[in-house]
Amino acid sequence: MAVRIGLILTALAFMALFLLLPLLIVFAQALSAGLGSYLSALDDPNVASAIGLTVLIAAIAVPANVVFGIVASWCIARFDFVGRNVLTTLIDLPFSISPVVAGLLEVLLFGLNGLLGGWLAAHNMQIIFALPGMILATTFVTFPFVARELIPLAQEQGNDEEEAAVTLGASGLQIFLRVSLPKLRWGLLYGVLLCNARAMGEFGAVSVVSGKIFGQTDTLSLAVESLYEGYEVQAAFAVASLLAMLALVTLVLKAALEWRHRDELHATRRKKAAT
Amino acid sequence: MSTTIDIDGIGKSFGQHAVLKDVSLAVQPGELLALLGPSGSGKTTLLRLIAGLDQPDAGSIRFDRDDALRARPKERNVGFVFQHYALFRHMTVFENIAFSLRIKRVGKAIVSARVEELLKLIQLESLAGRYPAQLSGGQRQRVALARALASQPRVLLLDEPFGALDAVVRRDLRRWLRHLHEEMNITTLFVTHDQEEAFDLADRVVIMQAGAICQEGTPMQIYRDPANSFVHEFLGESNKIACTVQAGTVRAEAGLAATAEAADGAAVAYIRPYQVVPRADPEGSWRVARISATGAQAHVTLRRGAHCVEATMPSEVLLEAGLANGAPAEVSFTGGTLYDAAGRNPAKLRIETPVAVAARATA
Repeated sequence: MAVRIGLILTALAFMALFLLLPLLIVFAQALSAGLGSYLSALDDPNVASAIGLTVLIAAIAVPANVVFGIVASWCIARFDFVGRNVLTTLIDLPFSISPVVAGLLEVLLFGLNGLLGGWLAAHNMQIIFALPGMILATTFVTFPFVARELIPLAQEQGNDEEEAAVTLGASGLQIFLRVSLPKLRWGLLYGVLLCNARAMGEFGAVSVVSGKIFGQTDTLSLAVESLYEGYEVQAAFAVASLLAMLALVTLVLKAALEWRHRDELHATRRKKAAT
Repeated sequence: MSTTIDIDGIGKSFGQHAVLKDVSLAVQPGELLALLGPSGSGKTTLLRLIAGLDQPDAGSIRFDRDDALRARPKERNVGFVFQHYALFRHMTVFENIAFSLRIKRVGKAIVSARVEELLKLIQLESLAGRYPAQLSGGQRQRVALARALASQPRVLLLDEPFGALDAVVRRDLRRWLRHLHEEMNITTLFVTHDQEEAFDLADRVVIMQAGAICQEGTPMQIYRDPANSFVHEFLGESNKIACTVQAGTVRAEAGLAATAEAADGAAVAYIRPYQVVPRADPEGSWRVARISATGAQAHVTLRRGAHCVEATMPSEVLLEAGLANGAPAEVSFTGGTLYDAAGRNPAKLRIETPVAVAARATA
């Protein structure tokens, strides 16, 4: 009994120290000079542009990875093709590689002196130090989140329900919309939430390819760094508090969805346990 | 009016492996037909070809006069019940059953009425709002059946419909399905590896082996006249006794004297346990090796040297026969079927006289 309480307390203390305390400090620092200066720090055209850019990047990277994740999970679960294992391993690559390296690879590929740089410059296209590069970097780093959720789920669920739908007269599109997609929807939802949180918080890779042009290629994460380095600590924390709130909203959203669909979720989990 | 299914010369290979070889079969309208065979005999593949889930390499399949192979699965209007039911896990029982109607954009009121009707038929009205995971195996099975029946299919196909259920549920559902079929009279094919299930349920049984049909007929015909030793064995245990045939006379070391219309040479007599009659005899050459009375039926194992036969009889008969473990006994045979060395050309055994009687007569 004493051991159990001890273990629980240790876990709670650990969580408080490493998760709760930093979160509180972010908000405490952000509000250290009062609500007025907190709001004025956020009411800045550069911050506004950073928010806009962050949202824009996520709005492109997340759907791209959703599409990719669904296609990849579908292929890997349904078909046995040469290179299937290679594809599964490759999907994990962005997890195992440092984001900074990913950014550098992109510079080597698309930069002015890079492999494709000359061709891009000749056609008047700029990728590095511009929005396309940041979107590419973010997409790369968040690549596995959706696919990683969906592949095991799709493999476990198999193809039976789709075949049943065929015999019940459904067309390919109807099967996808009414059967394949809904049965993956919980995995998809978690994947999207995690992917989005990561896309908005990404620092390393984006930092390398952005060029950090203040007010132009600054995302929220990059703005935090540049403000902090410019000794605007309170403003840096104010922007950081936005990212922290994003994390909280993500968690609350996930919990709320789980609660609303608890019956169905419970039912599917029971089935999982039974099989 | 129910549909006829005409299957002609169907062949199907997966890679190098031929799963079906020139299979032809005619299913009568309203018939309840069982495809019976061991796993790997191609019976599920045949069912999937009829449903359009796979395409054959050769041959034709017709529903009445319509070429089913030219119709896409959605146009074939086939009801298919999968072995593991394949219910849509994210839909309630109601929505599962309504699926095919929703696909066809049938009006809401009609969908409701039809689903209610089917729920009543499968006696699950109270569980319409449940998810598949919240149902028992037997309930899932019935939902799968209701879902397959919702859009009034021309043909109903069931793949091992009772395979995943326990014995009692299986028996109940079997009766229920038989009853349902009598009511609806849809041409129905089901696949099973369980001989008892096939014989109990089907009007006609088709036995498959290694991708080909080796016999078809009513349960009684097949049981009485198996086409070859494979079918004979598949339909239940037999004592296999090596014999030699000479000019129609069958002799076996194990003590079998019979005649049969068979070619000369080595042959194997298949004798069902109920065709073996042991009785206590102090001078008998057999020994009772084991008796197990598990209820209405008793099983007796008898040995003589290297020979061993199994006998079954009603438990009361066992008591009357006065058999005891280790006691000497004599064995006579009442019938059996003789197959040649390749397991073909069945011939009925005509038992001359019980061997023991003959032996005593000469003594």
